[in-house]
Amino acid sequence: MFAYVVKRLISGVLVVTLVSMGIFLLFWYGPSSPAQPICDRETSNRCGDRIEIYEETLGYNNPVYEEYGKFVQGVFVGRTLTIASSEYECAAPCLGVSYRTKQPVKEELVSRMPATFSVAVGGAFLYLLFGVPIGVAAARRRGTVADKALVSSFLFISSIPYYLFALLTWLYLTITFEIPLFSDTGYFPIAEYGPFKWFSGLFLAWVALGIFGCTQYTRFTRGAMVEALSEDYIRTAKSKGLPARTVVYRHGLRAALVPVVTIFGIDFGTLLAGTIFTERIFEIQGIGWWALEAVQGKDLPVVMATALFSAVVLIISNLLVDVVYSVLDPRVRLS
Amino acid sequence: MTSVPMTQSSDAAAAEADGPFLQVEDLKVTFPTEDGAVTAVQGLSYSVEKGKTLGIVGESGSGKSVSSMAVMGLHDAKSAKISGSIRVGGTEVVGLSESRMRSLRGNSMAMIFQDALAALHPFYKIGAQLEEAYLVHHSSASKRDARRKAIEMLDRVGIPQPDRRVDDFPHQFSGGMRQRAMIAMGLINDPSLLIADEPTTALDVTVQAQILDLLQGLQREFNSAVIIITHDLGVIAEMADDVLVMYAGRCVEFGTTKQILTTPEMPYTWGLLSSVPDVSSSTDARLIPIPGNPPSLLRPPPGCSFHPRCVHSDKVPGDLCSTELPELLPASSGTAHLKRCHLADPVAVYQNEVLPEIAPELLPELTEETR
Repeated sequence: MFAYVVKRLISGVLVVTLVSMGIFLLFWYGPSSPAQPICDRETSNRCGDRIEIYEETLGYNNPVYEEYGKFVQGVFVGRTLTIASSEYECAAPCLGVSYRTKQPVKEELVSRMPATFSVAVGGAFLYLLFGVPIGVAAARRRGTVADKALVSSFLFISSIPYYLFALLTWLYLTITFEIPLFSDTGYFPIAEYGPFKWFSGLFLAWVALGIFGCTQYTRFTRGAMVEALSEDYIRTAKSKGLPARTVVYRHGLRAALVPVVTIFGIDFGTLLAGTIFTERIFEIQGIGWWALEAVQGKDLPVVMATALFSAVVLIISNLLVDVVYSVLDPRVRLS
Repeated sequence: MTSVPMTQSSDAAAAEADGPFLQVEDLKVTFPTEDGAVTAVQGLSYSVEKGKTLGIVGESGSGKSVSSMAVMGLHDAKSAKISGSIRVGGTEVVGLSESRMRSLRGNSMAMIFQDALAALHPFYKIGAQLEEAYLVHHSSASKRDARRKAIEMLDRVGIPQPDRRVDDFPHQFSGGMRQRAMIAMGLINDPSLLIADEPTTALDVTVQAQILDLLQGLQREFNSAVIIITHDLGVIAEMADDVLVMYAGRCVEFGTTKQILTTPEMPYTWGLLSSVPDVSSSTDARLIPIPGNPPSLLRPPPGCSFHPRCVHSDKVPGDLCSTELPELLPASSGTAHLKRCHLADPVAVYQNEVLPEIAPELLPELTEETR
């Protein structure tokens, strides 16, 4: 298992390297110079020939491999960055300086993590809390009117695009009905604003993620559970004289959870990497929204950082899923 | 309410004193479906005494497993309608409450299934699954008692180093060992009735013999009533005292193993016998499959359910076979031998037409005997 994890980590490093190269090249050979927006901003849109200065100091006149090398060097040992006439000291692991805010990217990434993590943990908690038990209940009553009504209504909800669903949730609960609890969405750190403000700011985002995820997890759980309950070992468990509850939970759910946990691992990784729609709609200053702004503002260092961050998070969550899988299912050998 | 266990135990005592442990009478199992009711078993009656083995044979879909699952009360009450009578140790189990049914299940009757890899939970250790079966019926026993019992049972079914293998998962066992573990789990509460549903189907032939041998030994030791469900007549010959042949949900022939194997009187049983390859017989013996497929239980054929596949129905006058269901009547060879067939002289047909085809070398021997 140890050898397996090491092997997976090595391949993960390779993937992260390739992702960073890909993004670097995309920007480098993109239709407009990455230096253009920063030049425009600093010269109040009278950039003109001064673009040369920016391109020179940002290194866009050097060969691409040399600049990529500097980026990699910055990640490991730190570097000094020059933008026009200003110099920025950037300690390792240096992810550069934002072209828009001139702040070190790493610090902003770290400062935005709590917001994204709060959204992800709360949303995932809600959809697991409701999705899994409802799925089990539906599987036990499969074929009944209640089951069919539930499955079809959940299918309806989950076929709405998520951004539309989240937008409608926000629109109705804050604007139309003016529910006070939901009135001021956003991320308010507990340390500064106290737990109530933190909670009420995030609550609507959690509800939107929770409901939407719940419909999906109900269907996953129901499907896995229906399959598990038709297995031979369920008949064996019944024939031993075990109570129905034990048969359903200890024998059925135990087996049905394996695929659900697998999907959850990947889903949760995606949430942690930043939820662009959720953060944008509910005005949460997390990594997702930041990435969106960076793409719009052609802020190469930030795009690079958010892309690498999501690659790292997804690689780790995939690895964790595989490890957890081998713990849950004793037949699985990692090698 | 307090009198309930009393009557139950006195019933059980009465039944043990006289009469068979399991008595099934006029059992009917119907599954309502969208296309109509599927009658999987009907008019089925049989009994098994302690220490005896009943073999139930028939093709897939003939109702073998469905009837045994009804005995165990394993059918979902919502999807299966069961009528008739099933008495286990004197207790009527048709219509019995789920909680009382549960106290019998795995305790005074147990079932072992064909594919032990699928029938054992893949995520729990063998020991944990055996302990669970023990603890559910011994609420006062400790975890350590249960573990000791599990190891003892694994030892008894011939698993080497049971104190170590008890902590293995099912996939770490070989096929034969898994079936042994399954048997150990079935017998852990010392049941008076053991139903083995095709216990050797998923196994190698050499392992099959070991498992059958084990079952026989354990039956002698535990003196339990055993039902063995199979489509392998070799297993029947080896294990069973009595044989029940099922076709399309009905009993079509019943008798002692000797009667069924030597003087069968129902063309379906002949068909089963003709389909058995025999390694020791001469190569002249033909393997004759039964033509066609088992009938749909949703719309069973009128009359005798076997008549569309029966090659001897032309020997019955008129269209009796296709219009009237034959009664289950005593056969010519003995009192306990019952058959469901319109043929006037099945013994002659068997000896003159069937036997020469499938086992010519047996003919002189048999005709001698009947004379």
